[in-house]
Amino acid sequence: MPTAAPTARPPIRSRVGPYLLVAPTVVGAAFLLLYPLARNLLISFQHFRMAELIRGGAPWVGIANYTEVLDDPEFWRVVRRTLAWTALNTVLITVLGTLTALLLIRLGRRMRLAVMSALVLTWATPVIAATTVFQWLFQSRFGVVNWVLDQLGLHGFRDYAWFAHEDATFAVLVALIVWQSVPFAALTLYGGLTTIPNELYESARLDGAGPWQTFRLVTFPVLRPLFALVTSLEVIWTFKCFAQIWVVSQGGPNSATTTLPVYAFQIAQSLHKYDLGSAVSTLTVLILLTALVATLRRMHRQEAEENP
Amino acid sequence: MAITALKPTAEIQADTPTFLPLHPTLEHYRTAVSAPGFGTFWRNSLLVTGASVLLALLVALLAAFAVARLRWHGRRAFLLLVFTAQMAPWEALLIPMYVIARDTDLLDSLTMLTLVYFMTTLPFTIVTLRGFLAAVPVELEEAARVDGCTRPEAFRRITLPLLAPGLLATSLFGFITAWNEFAFANTLIIKNQDARTLPVWLSSFANVFGTDWGATMAAAGLFMLPVLLIFLVLQNKVTAGLTAGAVKG
Repeated sequence: MPTAAPTARPPIRSRVGPYLLVAPTVVGAAFLLLYPLARNLLISFQHFRMAELIRGGAPWVGIANYTEVLDDPEFWRVVRRTLAWTALNTVLITVLGTLTALLLIRLGRRMRLAVMSALVLTWATPVIAATTVFQWLFQSRFGVVNWVLDQLGLHGFRDYAWFAHEDATFAVLVALIVWQSVPFAALTLYGGLTTIPNELYESARLDGAGPWQTFRLVTFPVLRPLFALVTSLEVIWTFKCFAQIWVVSQGGPNSATTTLPVYAFQIAQSLHKYDLGSAVSTLTVLILLTALVATLRRMHRQEAEENP
Repeated sequence: MAITALKPTAEIQADTPTFLPLHPTLEHYRTAVSAPGFGTFWRNSLLVTGASVLLALLVALLAAFAVARLRWHGRRAFLLLVFTAQMAPWEALLIPMYVIARDTDLLDSLTMLTLVYFMTTLPFTIVTLRGFLAAVPVELEEAARVDGCTRPEAFRRITLPLLAPGLLATSLFGFITAWNEFAFANTLIIKNQDARTLPVWLSSFANVFGTDWGATMAAAGLFMLPVLLIFLVLQNKVTAGLTAGAVKG
């Protein structure tokens, strides 16, 4: 490594080398991420509707779009719904993922491989395909779920139209997201569990700790960074989740499943109010960033400790 | 799903679901395959996904090398930006992306989609590759250089082979992301129906065929096929790579 020889002035190549290596990334990000973000911000301060999209030359309107969005009670309903949606999904995914990981580490080699394969397959199932399957499972007339519930004696579910009821659609979507996301959480946490030395568990057992205490006093503290990573990734993913909701319900019925990304998309694509859509997405970014400030700071600290 | 696709329509719509098809049929697969544009959309999806994954791997490998092996000013800031970029609100950028694509005449073209997918997978690819790269002892490279290799040579001949499982695992995640992507494919390709990708086609399938669940299931199954195949072939490496990358990342 260059740092190993601090005495001599490093040759010019190794001084510009790193910058050349990251240059493609920086250029790509500038054109495909920062520029669109800036453009989005710009549009949110303009009057930008169908006509401006075609003609160009959008007039500046200052914060008018933001006041319009923030004054709309619908926006706040959507924000509350998005937060509830994110919280519910993240908690379910983390809890189920942890349980699955703990199960994996206790299983025999063969069973473990089987469960892991199932998890990996679930994870590999493309979002749209999985969504299609869920739509089919929850069909009102011939859906398997209704049939099973009917057979179990819950005859109220016979021909139950899941996608016509607000809470039911919401529940189906949560089930879909959780089902798709548990594998990542479980496999990551399992990877973490395998790094915990057995001695820690043995001494905990000697001290008379029960399973719950062992988890709380040994497993969780050791894996805390990993838990933080998994939870923040899940928060990001469920908060931003769009394709599943859009394909299953398009935010309906009665906008019961409209989360912020769906809301922004509806405003922009269906109502052609691109300016308002941009304002909503800027606000979405701000909300997400606020929620994740703690995580970012932790990452920054960690990075500073590892590479002073 | 695969089973359902083999059932005749009457059986799918039976009041009592049967687990195994009584009269297996390939009819639904025929419907799906002969649906208009099937081949074109497959080709589009493969092209876009393959190109974006390769591009992301190449660019990320360079960046990951710089981050994991070299010391330079701005390295920490760069890493933090890469981490942050993982949170990029892609769906929020649909409109500006549309405007940019139109202004650069890339609307309705697969190039724009490729570029977007490249960017969506890039941060993740850099972070994971950095993890894998950090796991390869730098001493191996140094030894090769003592033996007379130049730095790029040492990297290519020693580190790259050791990195292979990591590259495979990472590219698979990129593949899944790009293969699945729906919102951009739906927005950036509007007039040119021949440039649509499979997810969009699949989501419109139910409308095209009414409630032909058999055909829809068959189509979804065919859509999953490449990902599942690669996963099955590479499963061990991928699972190992996944945990290594995640713990490091």
